[in-house]
Amino acid sequence: MDFLTVLQVLDSTVRLAIPLLLACLAGLYSERAGIFDIGLEGKMLAAAFFAGAIAAVSGNVWVGLLAGIGASLALSVVHGVASITFRGNQLISGVAINMLAAGVTVLIAQDWFKQGGRTPSLTEDGRFQPLEWPMAIGPKDAEETGQRLSELITEASIPQQIYSELLSGHSIIVYLAILAVPLSAWVLYGTRFGLRLRAVGENPASVDTAGISVVRLRYTAVLICGVLCGIAGAYLATALQAGFIKDMTAGRGFIALAALIFAKWRPWSALWACLLFGLLQAIAVRFQSIEVGDFVIPVQLMEALPYILTVVILAGFVGRAVPPRAGGEPYVKER
Amino acid sequence: MSKMPMWADAILVPLISLFLAALLSALVILGIGENPIEAFQLMVDGALKRSAGWGYTLYYATNYIFTGLAVAVAFHARLFNIGGEGQAMIGGVGVALVCLYIPWPHWSLAIIGASAGAALFGAAWALIPAYLQAKRGSHIVITTIMFNYIAFSVLGYLLVEILRPAGAMDPASANFPEATHLPNFHDMFAPEGSRMFRGAPANVTFFLALAACVFVWLLIWRTRLGYDIRSFGLSETAAKYAGSSPLRITVIAMLISGALAGMMSVNTTLGESERLILNSTEGAGFVGIAVALMGRNHPIGILLAALLFGFLNQGGAELALWTNIPRELIVVIQALVILFTGALDNLVRMPLEALFLNLRKKKETV
Repeated sequence: MDFLTVLQVLDSTVRLAIPLLLACLAGLYSERAGIFDIGLEGKMLAAAFFAGAIAAVSGNVWVGLLAGIGASLALSVVHGVASITFRGNQLISGVAINMLAAGVTVLIAQDWFKQGGRTPSLTEDGRFQPLEWPMAIGPKDAEETGQRLSELITEASIPQQIYSELLSGHSIIVYLAILAVPLSAWVLYGTRFGLRLRAVGENPASVDTAGISVVRLRYTAVLICGVLCGIAGAYLATALQAGFIKDMTAGRGFIALAALIFAKWRPWSALWACLLFGLLQAIAVRFQSIEVGDFVIPVQLMEALPYILTVVILAGFVGRAVPPRAGGEPYVKER
Repeated sequence: MSKMPMWADAILVPLISLFLAALLSALVILGIGENPIEAFQLMVDGALKRSAGWGYTLYYATNYIFTGLAVAVAFHARLFNIGGEGQAMIGGVGVALVCLYIPWPHWSLAIIGASAGAALFGAAWALIPAYLQAKRGSHIVITTIMFNYIAFSVLGYLLVEILRPAGAMDPASANFPEATHLPNFHDMFAPEGSRMFRGAPANVTFFLALAACVFVWLLIWRTRLGYDIRSFGLSETAAKYAGSSPLRITVIAMLISGALAGMMSVNTTLGESERLILNSTEGAGFVGIAVALMGRNHPIGILLAALLFGFLNQGGAELALWTNIPRELIVVIQALVILFTGALDNLVRMPLEALFLNLRKKKETV
């Protein structure tokens, strides 16, 4: 395996980690405020569909992104009403949202496009295009010199290879998602809102006593979660792939949930966890089987590894993951 | 203070929730430009007016009885077993191993062996999440979700690398021997030469599911263990005080739950496909959540809810066949039922409780 192959795997690691990261941060806000959200998957799926569909109809990816965020927000409101206003079971609500999204997306896709539950393939303006950084080797250079892009990169120096292959050439959402990590860390640990958000997930009664509305804080957190899931879903349909296909989230919402636990509900750790799970996905996509000596690691093991790691972490054998204390419990004011 | 009479809690609340879900589903059908009344008639025609339709309805209902009971038993111990899907998949592996490697002389013995295999494997798949919940406090919802995905990978690996016969292309085990094939409803009930139930997959496992309903009723309401499970579900501290061990109750409740979910694969793997295939569960593990919520965790309620969802599933298949409405409509209906009977329960309950309270006050003042 040469250096360039490693770079390419890392490059697709970043691509695959981004939807995980956005969904993971989404879950982070919600769960830090004490609202469990196993509906990340459904919200991403709904957002992926509406982003893909509206981008295809309007031909503008930004309109698609807004539609995706809108769809995800709508489901967030359902989750909020069920778990905050009506104090219902947050886990059951999450299950319902996942199933609702899985059904509704195909139903509407079939009604609108009649292509068996997918949206039409997106053309240039319907997708997020890669951003070429200055001095990076990109498709333009390939056109000018008449050589193939892969050849140009192979000939380049190692720093240039890293710069062109790994850092440059991602869509804007990739960079925004990575910026969201320090931003979230600052919001959570550096602002008054973040302090209150964390408090409402640990001890809502104390927040209430301080005269701050628990309901409002929790709705805010759930809505932030909706926006981030919306961007994650839109990224799937308009950047990672060119259009929506049935069940395209393929468990990413749950891997994000796993990453969130892995990261112990902290933003920076979330980035590393998502990159790790992204790497596993990238390896599973690129290599069908990996030989270690005489032993062949089956591709199924690579697919299952994020889930297995999460169970190990949850079991507390490698550093214990303690969720926010008031997570999952509806807040009832004393009367 | 009881705010509502028992009958309202057991019957009125689920019915109103169901009505709300049906209303929204009708709006969805209208939204995609179809007529909900015609659609409903088509579902009834396809699922209930022909014996073959009944054969499919009862086949699906059999799956949902098992998964619904599985969720309910765990619910009684206040454990949310979302892993029925994975437990059923691994239960299927148990069925396949038992049927492929033991030469059964007759189906009546094979079904006993297959049930034992399915229950054992399903229970084993629930054991680790149960143990981790009880011993290490790992949230059982998360671990069972993870175990669903792990189960899918395990099943894929077994089918591709180990159980697939040499030369076969699709990821599936070899066919089970002739002697293990279960009699279906056509074999059992159709008079000589009649076409009744022909081609429908409902089979003798349906009666196994009915027996499971009786078993769960006896277990939960007529045994000491059931009492322990229920008291643990109502108050963990009280149960601890009364001397029952949380570890023991959690593990036993989840083992029974996993065994029931696993036994679903007797119906799908031995009864229908007669070999182990990749996607035999078809989301039945998740439908079990809707069934248990709708059936109020009681075997009679679960039986009725399973029949309802069996009807919906078969009716939905008919709709997909004859109209432009895809099968996913049924997933939407299931989701709405889970939402209204599970998460938005208070939406229905709060106004009803207020209503009954008012009625009682009036009576007292008169």
